Amino acid sequence: MSETLSLDERRPDADASAYALTARGLTKQFGGFHAVKNVDLSIRRGSIHALIGPNGAGKTTCFNLLTKTLTPTAGTITFEGRDITGMRAADVARLGLVRSFQISATFPHLTALENVRVALQSAYGKAFHFWRSLSAVEPLNARAEELLDRVGLAQSRNLTAAELSYGKKRALEIATTLALDPQIMLLDEPTAGMGHEDIEPITELIREAAKGRTVLIVEHNLSVVSTLCDRITVLQHGQLLTEGSYAEVSSNPDVITAYMGGVDDD
Amino acid sequence: MMTRILLLGVLAVLLIAAPFFAYPVTLMTILCFVIFACSFNLLLGYTGLLCFGHAMFFGSAAYVTGYLLKTTGLSLELALLGGAGATALLGLFVGLIALRRSGIQFAMITFAIAQFVYFLLLRAPFTGGEDGMQSIPRSALFGVFDISSSFTFYYVVLGITVLSVWFFYRIVHSPFGEVLKAIRDNDQRVESLGFKPERFKLVAFVLSAALAGLAGGLKATVFQFATLTDVSFPISSEVILMTLLGGLGTLSGPIVGAGIIILLNDYLADFGEWALIAQGVILLLVIMFFRRGVVGELDRVLRKIRARRAS
Ligand SMILES: Nc1ncnc2c1ncn2[C@@H]1O[C@H](COP(=O)(O)OP(=O)(O)O)[C@@H](O)[C@H]1O
Ligand SMILES: [Mg+2]
Repeated sequence: MSETLSLDERRPDADASAYALTARGLTKQFGGFHAVKNVDLSIRRGSIHALIGPNGAGKTTCFNLLTKTLTPTAGTITFEGRDITGMRAADVARLGLVRSFQISATFPHLTALENVRVALQSAYGKAFHFWRSLSAVEPLNARAEELLDRVGLAQSRNLTAAELSYGKKRALEIATTLALDPQIMLLDEPTAGMGHEDIEPITELIREAAKGRTVLIVEHNLSVVSTLCDRITVLQHGQLLTEGSYAEVSSNPDVITAYMGGVDDD
Repeated sequence: MMTRILLLGVLAVLLIAAPFFAYPVTLMTILCFVIFACSFNLLLGYTGLLCFGHAMFFGSAAYVTGYLLKTTGLSLELALLGGAGATALLGLFVGLIALRRSGIQFAMITFAIAQFVYFLLLRAPFTGGEDGMQSIPRSALFGVFDISSSFTFYYVVLGITVLSVWFFYRIVHSPFGEVLKAIRDNDQRVESLGFKPERFKLVAFVLSAALAGLAGGLKATVFQFATLTDVSFPISSEVILMTLLGGLGTLSGPIVGAGIIILLNDYLADFGEWALIAQGVILLLVIMFFRRGVVGELDRVLRKIRARRAS
């Protein structure tokens, strides 16, 4: 640990200890096509960091690489000083790096409470107990209800996820993610497909959930990005275009050109 | 709650009185397939895995249990456990191979292995080949209780079935079962929450194989013979039909489905191919009009009535 630190200190760009998640030379090829090419990314601990870019820029692919859903063709990923490039999603989740999905990822046949309880089971160590009744996991209910309450779903605890409105499904997903008490939360387009009435509360929810954690968020809605995020990375054609605060990024002429006709909603 | 207790009471009385009115062997066949259908339901209904060769567990356990009873003189319950244990091991082996793939590929791998198991049992020296394994003795239960009469044996089979269904219920309503259902709904999401879905699927597969083996072993003791039919594809497809007809992912659906199909086979037995044609027509009707199956549709109607009454 001390050795990597001293190495990093010599690098002009980084005090490694300030970053929760870093990627170096991240590359993903599909056949001959570079979906992500040589991307360097450093997510400061405790910040809300946005990954934006026009459609097809490689945001989701980049996101999937960082969460170990895809294996990179080249490059390394470091999480809290640990090389996680070769690890699988389940293992990095246990280390505290947890993701959401662009397509709503609830368990439709389980109730809201069960959705969250499954996530809580992850650290509870009884998930293989097929001979026990559910009373074995009832101690988790209080915590699950607390999380549901936090995202405004206290009234819906016994509804199946399939019965919830779209906005509530996304809120349930956040509660499920929070159940793992992640150090870093990666959210893929949390407001995608939402009406205006849902966007405001979910933004508030993310801001609230981000307290004491690091958040990386892929987001299409620039007004959400401007109000929520401390730092923004812009991707284009799979490559890093620029990085900076919202004011810096939004006044960058390259970004303006890249977004010409590229913003297809809001 | 009261109605549920009442229903269970009526069911218990019916089950206990049944052999006074119906042919015990038919009843026992239904019970064996009830266990078999539950084992299949655990995979398809609660884990989302379509096993296309489930007969390999049913049939090979029939041979193993039969062999143990014929050659070792073990008591009945030990021979049945031996059969189930052997298929649990087979399940572990098949699961380790087949679970590397999902969806239709998983189904095809289980189908291929089942064909291979069929061939092995056809050629194996102890199975009796085309003739099957004949005159399997019904050794005394626990080494003491005489169960040679079908009437008495019915109650043993009933007891084992009740235990098996309870075991199935326990699995489905356990901490493990909760994760299984989540895997069935979205296994990528389960992985992202820190679980390794393939391990859960493997445990489910082994449990299912063991339960299917218990069903097969029991069937061998009911009929006192084991044949290649028990390992053949029609048995694999019949259990799929039972599950879909009764109601996929419902607890009691496949149980009801097993009852209907066995009774139907029994009635149509004298008409040769008609049993198969009837099965085909039923499958078509279920897929086109009753996607939820008998129990699923019934449940929906009851819910509607209750909702109307409440409003
Ligand atoms: N599995 C895949 N196979 C082939 N091409 C892919 C795959 N996933 C993404 N791509 C391509 O990579 C590019 C980036 O996609 P994506 O990361 O989804 O972009 P974004 O999320 O920024 O809209 C697109 O051109 C897309 O067609
Ligand atoms: Mg995307």
